[in-house]
Amino acid sequence: MLEIQDLHVKFHNRTREAVAGISLTIPDGEILGLVGESGSGKSVTAMSVAGLLPRRQCSYSGQILLDGTDLLHLPRALLRARQGKEIGVVFQEPMSAMDPLMKVGAQVEETLLLHAKELTAAQRREKAIQALADVELPDPEGVYNKYPHELSGGMLQRAMIAAAIVTRPRLLLLDEPTTALDVTIQAQILELLKKLNREYGMSMLFISHNLRVVQKLCTHVAVMQRGRLVEEGLTDAIMQAPQQEYTRRLIAAIPTRNRPMARREDGCD
Amino acid sequence: MRYTVKKLTAFLFTMVVVSLLTFIAFDLISGDPAQAMLGTEVTPEKLAALREQLGLNQPLLVRYGQWLAGFFTGNLGTSYNYKLPVGQLIAPKLGLTLCLSFLAFVLTVIVSIPLGMWSARHAGGRADALFTTLNQFFMAVPPFFTGLLFTWVFSLMLGWFVHGKFPGFGQDAVGSLWYLLFPAMALALPRIAMTVRMLRSTILSEMNKDYVRTAISRGNDWGMVLRRHVLKNSLVPVVTFLAQTMAEIVAGSIVVEQVFAVPGLGRLLMASISNRDYPVVQVIVVILALWVVLAGTLADVINRRIDPRLNLGGDAQ
Amino acid sequence: MKKRRNRSPYLTAGLILTGVMAALILLGFFWTPYDPTAISGSAKLSAPSFAHLMGTDNFGRDIFSRMLKGAGTTAVIALSTVLLGGGIGVLVGALTGYFGGIVDEVLMRLNDALNAFPSVLLALVIVSVLGSGKYNVVIALSIVFVPSFARVSRTAFAALRDANYVKSARLMGASSRRILAVQILPNTLHVLLPAFTIGFNNAVLAEASMSYLGIGVKPPDASLGYMLSESQSMLSAAPWYALCTGMTIVLLIFGVGLIGEGMNRQNKGVG
Repeated sequence: MLEIQDLHVKFHNRTREAVAGISLTIPDGEILGLVGESGSGKSVTAMSVAGLLPRRQCSYSGQILLDGTDLLHLPRALLRARQGKEIGVVFQEPMSAMDPLMKVGAQVEETLLLHAKELTAAQRREKAIQALADVELPDPEGVYNKYPHELSGGMLQRAMIAAAIVTRPRLLLLDEPTTALDVTIQAQILELLKKLNREYGMSMLFISHNLRVVQKLCTHVAVMQRGRLVEEGLTDAIMQAPQQEYTRRLIAAIPTRNRPMARREDGCD
Repeated sequence: MRYTVKKLTAFLFTMVVVSLLTFIAFDLISGDPAQAMLGTEVTPEKLAALREQLGLNQPLLVRYGQWLAGFFTGNLGTSYNYKLPVGQLIAPKLGLTLCLSFLAFVLTVIVSIPLGMWSARHAGGRADALFTTLNQFFMAVPPFFTGLLFTWVFSLMLGWFVHGKFPGFGQDAVGSLWYLLFPAMALALPRIAMTVRMLRSTILSEMNKDYVRTAISRGNDWGMVLRRHVLKNSLVPVVTFLAQTMAEIVAGSIVVEQVFAVPGLGRLLMASISNRDYPVVQVIVVILALWVVLAGTLADVINRRIDPRLNLGGDAQ
Repeated sequence: MKKRRNRSPYLTAGLILTGVMAALILLGFFWTPYDPTAISGSAKLSAPSFAHLMGTDNFGRDIFSRMLKGAGTTAVIALSTVLLGGGIGVLVGALTGYFGGIVDEVLMRLNDALNAFPSVLLALVIVSVLGSGKYNVVIALSIVFVPSFARVSRTAFAALRDANYVKSARLMGASSRRILAVQILPNTLHVLLPAFTIGFNNAVLAEASMSYLGIGVKPPDASLGYMLSESQSMLSAAPWYALCTGMTIVLLIFGVGLIGEGMNRQNKGVG
């Protein structure tokens, strides 16, 4: 369904490529986790898929095929028709990603306003409230009428997800959606995403630097380092038996209760 | 509701401070008003009698209170120079000056908002350097110079209005409005340039915010992003700026009225200052300050409607 | 650490223009093509020519020479105002912003209230009390400008009051005076300097307005504002008088304005 073929992205003001030849596939209904440290190019890859590349500030090549259409070289107007409708995006910081002066409901409806012009205002409102209910917000009608600053981070992120899924997009792109949230809220959001994936068969591209989070949610994982793909495959397979050294190191860096910490050389505990 | 009370209190406090300072200042500098009124006819008895009559022997704050009360009863003192009640002197001219200021303000807003949006949209483009330079240039043109130029071009050369012959609203309302248009334009020109610059700068910094990226990810084009999201978010500092612009327009109108021979407060003020006619000057200063404080308060109220976050305490920056 | 910045072309243009004006003004202090007060019956109201760069007025006086003197007066007054009023204002703002407390609160409220006074109005009133003349104009304008400089300065200094490097300087036992001068002041210059350019321009405008109204600088002192008011009566006969005088004011403000614009752009790294 989504196929990235040999994607290269280089920003004019940098020496090395941000993305140096990535090829990935996300079949229908799959959740792919894209993992890497900062500078690995995972966010740039996500932005490329979302159509948010600043085309004048970089050079790019390759193909990003969504159901066969190459998004990377699509003219702006045609790309815009798909943004929000077939691709939904959820960003990291819900508080700053939302327009502070627009009510949450209006923002959730925005994609409907842009892409489902046949709907009346009342119908849009109904769908928006339904979406807010789908993301398990208590009192969706109340949230609809609130401003972003009146909600907590977790609630706002749920609203962001609602805004992204209200058009039932083919692909949901999430760029570090839980990084800014408390750990307990994090877990709830991950459960919510799993539910959405199950119920609506929505494919997801989940960007994170946190392997543990990825492990909880994603069926497949791809590891990036310095713009290149290091390893990819089923999450369980990779976590149990990582093929590459870098992947091994990433996994080893996860602090867990069960794995004893390496002892310090000087004997202190 | 609580907020309205708070705002009202702040407004009253400011007006009290302003009027008190004005009163004290003029009290200090004006010397003995009884002396000034009697002029050459002064004798010790007449002086003492007049002072008693005017209540000049009472303590400062009492006199201030009486003066202030006068604003509500309509008794604003008597002019030394014209020997007429100040209220009577000011009334016809006040409306004119306020009309001129208002006209200039409306012109500023109507022109600078679209122009500011346009300039932000094309920032960094080819026309940008020219635009910025022109902008700075117009900011540098003093209203009274522009007024002179307009007089030269539109009155002397083109004859679109007759300089010096202001019809008066009683006689010819349309003609008066037309006449006022020229000083209003002269006043507005540098303000427009400043507002455009301000609006452009605000819009540009808003364009870097995250919610713009979100809006684009939903399929908005730049025009929609501007109209639907950025404009509203840019409004708050601009509204505050516009209130300040009102203050500057009022100050500028004093001078511009001279250029166009508009019989407003400006000329009365200048004459009174030259003649040391302090009762008049006092009242005009307070009225103009009132107009400005009102604009500022209105701006604040508008901002709180635009941005609900401001209601949580603290003022707009 | 020295920042490598591209100098904004606006800054360069502004410096050049202001430099040219300053050079002309400086020249005018020592020498003018003609005696500005010399009346000449024969050359009345002549248009600009090689002999008289800006023409002559109704008394036959060379406008260019008068302009040089007038610009000089205006520039000196504006500069003095900004140094005096700005200096005091920045100092007051720095102290209240850094130390805070009740004094800061009271002064802030007072400042807010003073904001309501259109500044030219206040200056007019002060000058009317003190009397006309260039020194009184400087005093009046300085008084009027102190609050706005104080406001800008206070905001800047208060913002840096709790910066980490200031805290560590305090911990190391640096005196307040040292902290203010060495730690904070250099980091406030990027807002203070543009404020000075704006203040200069406002001062030029205010002085010209007041002289135009006849309440500022009066003859025999030369003044662009006064010349402008004179020129009004001869608008048809000798429009160059008003044009040249007015344009001088414009160029003066324009040049300094470009400097301010250039500074702001450099700070933002836009150029």
